[in-house]
Amino acid sequence: MSARRPRVLAISSRGGHWVQLRRLARAFEGCETVWASTDAALAPRVAPERFFKVPEASRWDRIRLVWMALRVAWLVIRLRPAAVISTGAAPGYIALRVGSLLGARTVWVDSFANAAELSLSGRKALAFADLTLTQWPRLGQRLAAGEAPKRGIAYYAGSVL
Amino acid sequence: MIFVTVGSQLPFDRLVRPVVDWARSRGRNDLVFQHGGGDVDLSGFQAHAFVGPEDADRLLAAADVVVAHVGMGTVLTCLEFGKPIIVMPRQAALHETRNDHQSDSARELEGRAGIFVAWNEQELVALLERAAELRGGSAISSEASPELIATLNAYIRAPKA
Repeated sequence: MSARRPRVLAISSRGGHWVQLRRLARAFEGCETVWASTDAALAPRVAPERFFKVPEASRWDRIRLVWMALRVAWLVIRLRPAAVISTGAAPGYIALRVGSLLGARTVWVDSFANAAELSLSGRKALAFADLTLTQWPRLGQRLAAGEAPKRGIAYYAGSVL
Repeated sequence: MIFVTVGSQLPFDRLVRPVVDWARSRGRNDLVFQHGGGDVDLSGFQAHAFVGPEDADRLLAAADVVVAHVGMGTVLTCLEFGKPIIVMPRQAALHETRNDHQSDSARELEGRAGIFVAWNEQELVALLERAAELRGGSAISSEASPELIATLNAYIRAPKA
């Protein structure tokens, strides 16, 4: 158990966002990965890695949204991850925001489902995420190997498929 | 067995109704429905409003054919299992979803081995008629594209500037 492995928080809603997030698992090799999603039943799938359940909320329900944001913020503060990565939607967006404030490296991978334009969360993440990726070549600038990404630009570097 | 699934967000009776009508007209009862709380009478069939991730995977694995909305979780899991899937996109104009991302994804996925897109109820029934001859593609890997994995791994592990 090396204490030097960077801690990565990989967080998304359940369903399609989660299936896409899990397909990125090997990208976290060499890291201590902590997973979070909105369905506690997903925990056994990541064992022995740690899993945290966060509340489900969409941007259309204010009260649940605030509760979810507080819980996600507290999780990020407690874990102090070196990096936060999300495939969507609302809980991942909040985690990226809080992670960004705490100096974590933040990565937004916009869902494969957003084939015609970036999601609303993805467009908002562009403003502060260190790296925003689309899964569609026509929606992003090609990110070359080793190139340092800039904030505010959506990049393309492959997809979950 | 045919597994019919519409995801956890909203019901999708425009998909469920023609499927159950077709099954009754053909005298079939080997269908399992995850209907999301819709209003269609499913008496005589195994039906659940929602299923957890373990049950969903078990039903997807057991099915000969899957019928679903264009949810990326279901689509990606079917591709991983090499399972044929008939999808019909939800439409924003019919208040089945917030935007038309399911139609966008369907256009991108159409033609991929094992994915059969029904653009309306008539096409859905036509595909059900052919269900016995629909074949899945070869099972895809459970990982994102090597480029995406490599890009994320390098980026997450590099020290933050």
